[in-house]
Formats: sequence, C-alpha cells, structure tokens
Amino acid sequence: MTTLDLTPAPGAAPLPRMVLAQAGAEMRGMLRNGEQLLLTMIIPVLVLVGFSLAPLLEVPGERIAYVTPGVLALAIMSTAFTGQAIATGFERRYGVLKRLGATPLSRTGLMLGKTLAIAGVEIVQVVLIVAVALGLGWRPELSHGPVGPVLFVVAGTAAFSGLGLLMAGTLRAEATLAAANLVYLVLLGLGGVVFPVDLFPAAMQGVVELLPITALADGLRVLLTGGSPFPYQELLILCGWAVAGLVLAALTFRWE
Amino acid sequence: MSSPAVEVVDLVKRYGRLTAVDGLSLTAESGAVTAILGPNGAGKTTTIEICEGFRRADGGTVRVLGLPPSRRELRARVGIMPQSGGVPPAMRCGEWLRLVARFHAHPLDPDALLDRLGLADQARTPYRRLSGGQQQRLSLAAALIGRPELVFLDEPTAGMDPQARRSCWDLIGELRAAGVSVVLTTHFMDEAEKLADHVVIIDRGRVVAEGTPAELTGAERQLRFRARPGLNLDELLKALPAGSAAKESPAGHYIIEGEVGPELLATVTAWCAAEGVTAEALSIERRTLEDVFLELTGRELR
Ligand SMILES: Nc1ncnc2c1ncn2[C@@H]1O[C@H](COP(=O)(O)OP(=O)(O)O)[C@@H](O)[C@H]1O
Ligand SMILES: [Mg+2]
Repeated sequence: MTTLDLTPAPGAAPLPRMVLAQAGAEMRGMLRNGEQLLLTMIIPVLVLVGFSLAPLLEVPGERIAYVTPGVLALAIMSTAFTGQAIATGFERRYGVLKRLGATPLSRTGLMLGKTLAIAGVEIVQVVLIVAVALGLGWRPELSHGPVGPVLFVVAGTAAFSGLGLLMAGTLRAEATLAAANLVYLVLLGLGGVVFPVDLFPAAMQGVVELLPITALADGLRVLLTGGSPFPYQELLILCGWAVAGLVLAALTFRWE
Repeated sequence: MSSPAVEVVDLVKRYGRLTAVDGLSLTAESGAVTAILGPNGAGKTTTIEICEGFRRADGGTVRVLGLPPSRRELRARVGIMPQSGGVPPAMRCGEWLRLVARFHAHPLDPDALLDRLGLADQARTPYRRLSGGQQQRLSLAAALIGRPELVFLDEPTAGMDPQARRSCWDLIGELRAAGVSVVLTTHFMDEAEKLADHVVIIDRGRVVAEGTPAELTGAERQLRFRARPGLNLDELLKALPAGSAAKESPAGHYIIEGEVGPELLATVTAWCAAEGVTAEALSIERRTLEDVFLELTGRELR
C-alpha cells in the first residue's frame, strides 16, 4: 500500500499554470468528442470540398476563393458558438462548473482557459482548412496583410462565444444542445457561408447582413480576395455582437 | 485549544416554504473528525454546501477556518467532495486528478493517490464508465489532492462496496492523524460511530443530539434475543432489578436494558425456561446511535 503524506500543505498554483492546465483539458475534450469533431472539422471540410468542386451555385469569381472564407467563418462559429455552448451547458448540468468553483481556479481563470482552448482548436481548424483549400487550388490574395483576417477571427470568436455562453448559462443542457445545432444549420444555410446573400429577397438581405456569421464570412472574403476598402462595417457588426453577447452572458450566467 | 475549523451558529436555510435548516448550530474542532448524522432530507447537504460557499444562508453565521465561506483563499485550503457528480463524464480518471493537482501549489502525486484508492487500473477510464463506488473514490481523491487543512465529505462512502468503504475509513483515519480537520455527513450510524470524534445528529434541519459516540450511546448495554412474539414481559420485569426495562420491538425481538451482567442474564434465561421458550440469538450489545436516533425522533434513521 502506498503511503501518502497527507499533512496539510495548502496553496494555489500560479494563475498561468492553472489556466494552461484547464485549457489543455478543455482542448483534449473537444478534439476527442466525435460530435464536436463532426461540427468543427468534418462538416466544414466536406462543405469546402463539395461546394468548390461541384458547380452547385453561381458565385461571384472563382468558386474556391468564394467558398474558403465562408468555410473558415463556419469553422469559427462551430467552435466558439456551437461547441462551446453544448460543452458548457453540459458542464453546468453535471456540476462541473460548480466543482471547479471549489478549486483555486477562479472564474476568470476558467474563462481564460476556455478561451485559450477555443483559440487552440481554431488554429487546428484553420491549418486543416487552409491546407485542403490550397490543395484544391486556392490562391488567397491578402489585401490588408495578415492582421485583417486575424482581427476578424478574434472579433468573430468573441461574438460567437458571447452568444454560446449566453445560451449555455440560461437554457437547460438539452435545450442548448438542440438550439445550438439548429442555429448552426440555419446559419450555415443563411449566413453567406456558401450561398451568396444577394440571392435572397431584398427584405431578408438587410437582416441577414447583420448576422455575425455573415459579417465574419463577408469580411474574411473581402480580406482574402484582395478586395478593398477594409470591411469596417462588418468588423463593427461583429464587435457589436461581441459586446452585447458577452455582457448579457455575464449578467445572466447561472453556474449551476 | 486552537480555534474551531468550522463554526455554525443559528443557521437557517429556506427553499420557498420549506425550512430545510432551522436554527442549526455546530462546531467542528480543528484536527478532529466531525460527523453530521441524519436521515435523508435532514438538511446535511444544505448545511455542508453553505459551509463550502455553494449556497447562501438565509440566517445565522458560518465561519470556516475563521473566515466567511465565500472567501477565495479558502478554495486552496479546503478540499470538498460533493454528494455526487462534478466531473466531466468523458474525462479520464487520471486526467481529472492531474488537472485538479495542477491548481494546487504542493499537490499529492496523482498516481500514488489513485493507487491508494484502488483506482490505478482505471486511470485511463472515462468517469462515466466508472461504477458508482469508483466515482465516489475519484471524487474523494480530488478532495484530497491539494493537501487541504480541512475537508468536507458529503456522504463519502455512499455506493461503495464494504472493502472500499473500509479503505475509505482508513484514509479518513490517516487524515486525522496528519492533522487534517474532517467534516463529513452520513446516514450510516456505524460510520459515524467508528470514525467521528464528535457526532452531530440532525433531523428536520435541527440538531437533536451531539457528543462523542460514547457520550451519545452511554455506557449502558442491552441484552437482545429473539423468541416467539407476544410474550408477556410483566413477570420478567418483576424479577429484574429495579431500573431495568424490557420491550419487544419489532415483534419477536426482545430488548432488555439495565445493569446487564451475569445476574440479569440468569434471570432472563430462567424466565424463558419458565415460559417454555427458547431464546435465540441472545447477545449483549451497547446501545447504538441508531437506537439513540429512534429514541429522540421516534423514527428509523433510514
Ligand atoms: N435546491 C433545493 N431546492 C428545493 N428544496 C431543496 C433543495 N435542496 C434540498 N432541498 C430540500 O431540503 C431538504 C434538505 O435536503 P438536503 O440538505 O439535501 O438533505 P440531506 O443531505 O440531509 O439528505 C429536503 O427536504 C430537500 O428536498
Ligand atoms: Mg445529502
């Protein structure tokens, strides 16, 4: 039998160590979950390959140049919104958030860990999608350098995270699961991911253009196809969603 | 004497119209094992979760290591084992313990702790695939990994098989020997009797009795036996020394209380012979906490 030194030696670890540990655990969890992988990796890659190879739609310009930014936006949404909402909803339901609250990891630390894990998964997604797209003949033209797309990914992640946490912190876990998947599918169809928004009736266009997924897809599309001017309006829309979502989530989130 | 590990005074907690904790006071001494014993619904979890900072009291004061339970610095100093759950279902046993270890400055070695709790072979098993007793053991491990000075264990042995239960008791004994203060809840009276320095019996949100197990059960012993139901005990009582008591509870089970010694034993067996009955399973026992609870509340503990 192992003898353990149980004499008290309490103390919290330094914050960075706690945050990194939490981020690592969350990231492994996301990359190991089959349903999450379906939403974050498999569907985006299938959409990318399918819509760039098959002449399913009339799109402006080269098909791969049009579809890749949309798929990147879809990937960001799948991780920051769908995956995060579902995972956090069930963590709340299973008392994990409550249990973590009894450890030295603060709520701020937990949120930093989650954010870092999402960033980690997004890097994997972007590498995968860009590799497949390049293989399919994608030749991006960066009109405002690499900072522009990164800025959009960060703003988009913040916007989707806010909405995901808003959902996870207020609805029941099962309701979050259903709603988050539904929103994913609806926004995949509506949000300018692969179907150009100007195919929709004019009245609908005005609304669709205000959606975070449309703002992210359109913004990335401008920046990755050598377009100008800089898509300030889209960035503003994303920042608006980010502020509203995160503030509302912070105000309404129930930890158990 | 050092200041108490936990001090609860006049605690009140209501859920809507139900008063789950109703003016409860208790003190858990530093370095001791304190057991909160009571039937389901007595308010054990409510009380302990208020001490852990999870629920807010509607009245009274609570001090944990001298601080209000909401204080952040307590998170590192106090280990908790919730009544159930708290672990992500897909997370592997070893992974969870290593994660919680990373939150602490001087944690125990996760592998050694898993080994000690008989979970070494489950290190790579996801939490949801563990048996109930294994889940409890992992939860206990997570409460101890940070080398806390105080631990709250909410029904630590619920769902454990007898062997796991015994090894859990041993571990709690080791905690006490290492100077850790332990506050646990249980509805097993033998657990409270065996482990605790101090037992607080609660029912319907109130303390009905408290003391050391010996104080609560008293020095008195009982003579128990089984025989055919419905024997007339009046004759026996006349023959017994004054101050003795005899009762049948439940039918066919007889309990004699008083100065239990050779004389009383002889009187009882003589009476049985006169009645023409054979006393079965005759034994001399101490009063148990179960008996104390029944006396105080008129109800069974479980
Ligand atoms: N969150 C809650 N909401 C409403 N009632 C509750 C809640 N938690 C506990 N209760 C009620 O309070 C009483 C005490 O419960 P609890 O503290 O869990 O008792 P124990 O742990 O001793 O079994 C029970 O009647 C229970 O149904
Ligand atoms: Mg309970």
